[in-house]
Amino acid sequence: MNVPENLKYTHADEWLSIDGNIATLGVTDYAQDQLSDIVFVEITVEKGETVKKLAHVATIESVKAAADVNSPISGKITDINESLSNTPELVNNDPFGKAWMIKFEITDPAELTSLMDAKAYADYCSTRGH
Amino acid sequence: MFSPHTPSETEEMLKNIGVKSIEDLFKDVPQKYRFPKLNLPEGLTEMEALAEMHEYAGSNETVKGLLSFLGAGAYHHYIPAGVDSLLRRSEFYTAYTPYQPEVAQGTLQAIFEFQTLIANLTGMEVSNASHYDGATATAEAGVMAYHNFRGKRPGILLSSAVNPQYREVLCSYLCGYENINIQTLGEDFTIPGNPDDLAAHVDSETALVVVQYPDFFGRIFDLTAMAQKVHEKGALLAVVTNPIALGLLKTPGEMGADIVVGEGQPLGIPLSYGGPYLGFFATKKEFARKISGRLVGETSDAQGRRGYVLTLTAREQHIRREKSTSNICTNQGLMALAATIYLSLVGKSGLKQVANLCFQKAHYAADVLGQVPGFSVLSDAPFFHEFILKCPRPVEAINALLLERDIIGGYDLGKDCEALANHMLICVTEMTSKDDIDYLASVLEEVTHD
Repeated sequence: MNVPENLKYTHADEWLSIDGNIATLGVTDYAQDQLSDIVFVEITVEKGETVKKLAHVATIESVKAAADVNSPISGKITDINESLSNTPELVNNDPFGKAWMIKFEITDPAELTSLMDAKAYADYCSTRGH
Repeated sequence: MFSPHTPSETEEMLKNIGVKSIEDLFKDVPQKYRFPKLNLPEGLTEMEALAEMHEYAGSNETVKGLLSFLGAGAYHHYIPAGVDSLLRRSEFYTAYTPYQPEVAQGTLQAIFEFQTLIANLTGMEVSNASHYDGATATAEAGVMAYHNFRGKRPGILLSSAVNPQYREVLCSYLCGYENINIQTLGEDFTIPGNPDDLAAHVDSETALVVVQYPDFFGRIFDLTAMAQKVHEKGALLAVVTNPIALGLLKTPGEMGADIVVGEGQPLGIPLSYGGPYLGFFATKKEFARKISGRLVGETSDAQGRRGYVLTLTAREQHIRREKSTSNICTNQGLMALAATIYLSLVGKSGLKQVANLCFQKAHYAADVLGQVPGFSVLSDAPFFHEFILKCPRPVEAINALLLERDIIGGYDLGKDCEALANHMLICVTEMTSKDDIDYLASVLEEVTHD
């Protein structure tokens, strides 16, 4: 299982990459593996919208389940990945790259402190079995 | 398959959970409520029960014994004998919902054919596997549109020329949705105007506009310009339609509809109080993931052979669960099969012929009935097989007199709209003969002449 070093993680299997005051959100390799074949991704927020911590921002649907993606932090949406609606399989093939979901401006940097680093997340995954 | 447990199985289970008898499982229910006296009559033999049921059935007034001019959403059409004989084959008749493709290829293929026929008939790209009836299919159009905009456009505009029962069911389905704003336009009209007038009320809050084609009063409007105006405002257009009329008319898809729904009963399903009827629901491919219910798809098995499976059951309880947009997880399988057999038997030219007969006979009826003293036909637009007949007396009184002469009169429009008191909606199908129409005209003249 792939857990890139440079990212932040949540207990709900989302990842966040931080570049200055811009955060990019996606779901992890562990998440896509658990969901199996992803058949539909619906991003439920729009560019320009302000979201609060834990706001529902996307729904991922696989052949066996549907899962919500919630924003781990508050922010203002600057970009969404339109290509996922037509190529949801990107979440399976490239969860940390082409399958990024939304980008947003961080409004409260203090919220970042509650996120896990790569090691903590890898440990967390191993406790859940694989 | 539901099989009762054998005594030894029951005993084993009771032993396993440490209970002595089945009665002990109910001991939390107070003794006096456990086996209440039901005050039922003595049991009947099969022969007696059948005789009693026949007696009840005999008090129905049906199109078998009477001449009918009643439509307004349920229509008397000829049903080819082949529909029933295929439908009642036990392979179809007793089949449960087709979750297992390995045992349900026949049912799945029939649903797939149904979807194809409905998509072709409505001029749309995808159709689901059906709904309970036209009203619930219409309500699902509202549900889909609301969720399509994630509740951010909470407005739904209904034309008052949409079947009043469909409007009520849509309101029942959606009234609890957050911020929902359902408006019926043209409530105070005598006859509602052109649907183009509706487009003027569409704004950035509107999710969906619902119109009927031909409308509840039988009238036919070209919806092309209206669809364009609705789309310019970013809203969706749902068209409630009559599948028989589509044998003759331009499809709603060609006119720009986003969702096409309707009642499939005219396609080989007999008139029956309480159903079962058949709702159909078709839309554009871009909304395929937002449709309620299920879709059957064609695929190939491991050996490359053609096969059918429930493809988009994502809305159903086993995938999206509480995240699904609709709680409808089923379809009206047997009735969808009836419609499929009907359409296959009559074919494209047969359907056109049925539609044309309805159209021509209805126009003959309008000519004849409009000449009966005291009666006039209200028509401001082309119509299909229904039209408004203005009567010199309350419709209820006229219909009571007609029934004495073995005629089921038209629908009393005053029931839904006060301004239309003394107006009846007359329906004529291929089942109505010229003699029948002439007979109605003579009886109307007789019963109102004094």
